[in-house]
Amino acid sequence: MTETAGFWLPVVWALLAATAIFLYICLDGFDLGIGVLFLKEKDHDHRNLMVNTVAPVWDGNETWMIFGGAALYGVFLVAYGTILPALYLPVLFMLLALILRGVSFEFRFKAESPMSQFFWDWAFCGGSIIAAFMQGVILGTLVQGIKVENNVFIGSSFDWFSPFSLFCGLAVVIGYALLGATWLLWRCEGELHDTMRRVSFGLGALMLITIALVSAWTPMLHTTYMQHWLAMPQLALVAPVPVAVVVLAGVLFMGLRNPRSHLLPFVATLGLFFLCFSGLGINVWPYIVPPTITIWQASSPPESQTFLLVGTMFLLPLILSYTAYSYYVFRGKMSAGHHYH
Amino acid sequence: MFGLSALFLARFQFAFTVGFHIVFPAFSIGLAAYLAVLEGLWLKTGRSAYLDLFKYWLKVFSVVFGMGVVSGLVMSYEFGTNWSAFSQKAGPILGPMLAYEVMTAFFLEAGFLGVMMFGLNRVGKGLHFAATCMVSIGTLISMSWILSSNSWMQTPRGYRIDEATGRFLPADWWQIVFNPSFPYRLVHMGLAAFLCVAFIVAGVAGWHLLKARREGRQASEQVRLMFSMAMWMAAIVAPIQVLAGDTQGLNTLEYQPAKIAALEGDWESESRAPELLFGIPDMKNETTHFKIAIPYMGSLILTHSLNGKVPGLKDYPKEDRPYSPLLFFSFRIMIALGMLMVLVGLWSLYLRWKGKLYDTPLLHRVALFMSPAGFLALLCGWITTEVGRQPFTVYGLLRTSESVSPIALPNIATSMVAFVVVYFIVFAGGITILLRTFAEEPHPDQHGPAEDQPQRAAGTTQVSHQPQPDAGMAE
Repeated sequence: MTETAGFWLPVVWALLAATAIFLYICLDGFDLGIGVLFLKEKDHDHRNLMVNTVAPVWDGNETWMIFGGAALYGVFLVAYGTILPALYLPVLFMLLALILRGVSFEFRFKAESPMSQFFWDWAFCGGSIIAAFMQGVILGTLVQGIKVENNVFIGSSFDWFSPFSLFCGLAVVIGYALLGATWLLWRCEGELHDTMRRVSFGLGALMLITIALVSAWTPMLHTTYMQHWLAMPQLALVAPVPVAVVVLAGVLFMGLRNPRSHLLPFVATLGLFFLCFSGLGINVWPYIVPPTITIWQASSPPESQTFLLVGTMFLLPLILSYTAYSYYVFRGKMSAGHHYH
Repeated sequence: MFGLSALFLARFQFAFTVGFHIVFPAFSIGLAAYLAVLEGLWLKTGRSAYLDLFKYWLKVFSVVFGMGVVSGLVMSYEFGTNWSAFSQKAGPILGPMLAYEVMTAFFLEAGFLGVMMFGLNRVGKGLHFAATCMVSIGTLISMSWILSSNSWMQTPRGYRIDEATGRFLPADWWQIVFNPSFPYRLVHMGLAAFLCVAFIVAGVAGWHLLKARREGRQASEQVRLMFSMAMWMAAIVAPIQVLAGDTQGLNTLEYQPAKIAALEGDWESESRAPELLFGIPDMKNETTHFKIAIPYMGSLILTHSLNGKVPGLKDYPKEDRPYSPLLFFSFRIMIALGMLMVLVGLWSLYLRWKGKLYDTPLLHRVALFMSPAGFLALLCGWITTEVGRQPFTVYGLLRTSESVSPIALPNIATSMVAFVVVYFIVFAGGITILLRTFAEEPHPDQHGPAEDQPQRAAGTTQVSHQPQPDAGMAE
């Protein structure tokens, strides 16, 4: 009985944690993407409109990140205690960037002088880019592997600074920008909508290129990953992924070309994110701190995991339903222009 | 490097980031409750001044809450980056509690915040009030989990220690959550949050009352209303807080006597102990210099009996003593501020009875001067309880020096500098915006965050009025 609980609890929690991380990537992805797109869109009214599409929901989006930290601490202790010291600087930069960006939501609207307006606009844009980039670096470093001995990180402070993880950082910035652009083309009208539709073509192409490169690069990092790609049952799971990527990319570009299609590009981009995420997940499974610590080795005691699981079963559906309600309340197109003056 | 150790910097960094963070949740807890009360009174009485005040303080809430979220985000990762040894050992107990906090509170607050901020014209009064209440309840739930975890570190119960790994394993969750100091701490902190906001509200109202007087006009109905509400809070809650603090003191005496000895600057355990009004505790020579004492008061206050025996620091080995010089003063500043708040409350009662609440500029000036008093007292109280727990992270069981991460000094130094720079920018920005908001007098037909700056309007004006959201989603 305890044997099976010891096996299944971490598996259930790994799936739950993966779901939470994926929800975070989707939700905060598009609102970080909006910050990245400030690079492209300079018009003040348009920038306000872009931020307003997420103003009522961004707090909730970011909460998934806090949940990620807390859940990791609650159920995969060893992962929490080794990943964070190993990624000390990227995590630090990401948090500081998220702080600057988070307060800019309020501050840029309340800034009075053009100087402070300019400063908080840049804090929003720069904070979003750095946060997205660092999330990619964190992901890349994890996939690449962390040096651990006796459940303690033994690498150096700059192990994360590698071509692969930096490239992953770039890939995430591009991916989030595409999410943001397709979100905006769904939620806005007029000139902004048209700009975002145009931008999405380029970003979509860039994203496909980065997906291809990361996919080709990953198996070369570790022999275990290579074996994953060649062994059953992983092969059976992984094989359809590239095919599905191609299909979804087709859907994305079809949606972008059809002026009557508003929601489709966003959904297709989410689909692409799902494929990349699950592809990586299958790749590293069952390791939570590749290449040494599995989800079972990283687990907190079953008493802790059970205690948290009981509540999660009730709370997660509840959270999802009122989050959905909040999105529902603020649904529909946001229009620019004459409402402002 | 300057004789600084990684341990010291890790502690300093944690103190700095928590000290920065704690202000905003306390502000949010008190303010969310105030907003719920204002909206409830508006719905019940239909008096529009309540709604005006609601909208006025809602703008403040949006800034305060955002700063709380982002500074709290840091906390949830800092345990891992700086205190990984502590996290590994206490994680099986604290991890699930923090995860529950996020699930039961943070999501609730964040989920309904949007509706509360921008949704008044979208969802109807009843639902909007429900959203405001949800946000307020969320802040209270969050406080409960955090104080339960914090209290467990002070008075650990319901655990067993795994011999192989040295981890604390949960044995009885009920005892863990409802550990002996939790109820006292919860009440004390909750009241503190209410007082923080009461004095901020009083200070803002006091400033506008003084300004109106200087300009030879009467302050608006809204200003007088909020001043009156804040003074009721001071008159009622401040004395209750003194009682709550007193019972928490008794609880601490029972479970953490060394903390009491340190904050009183007492070295010898004795009956009929005096209470020191002033002194400079000296850890090295095991004495307190320049004492000014009231005979018997120490025993009377701490044990409620003249003959009560109070602990002395010499009862404990040197390496187990909390740092008395800091505690002695943080504790006294907190007490002094608490007493001042009680006096302000009583004075306001007297003036109210005389019908001069709005015509006594001295009271308004004192209220303005005391507006940060709640926060200062809160920070001093927090320093007292946390520094008093030292040199342990889990009281009596896990030392702070055994809790720190194996992080290189340069890493911690870098992050410390980065935190200080970013926090000061953010803090300065936030304070500027709050002061600018406060400088505006709340007035009839007050605009909330959704209307006064049209570009901000994520409310109804923003969205096309044609009922066409489905058309937009058409594929």
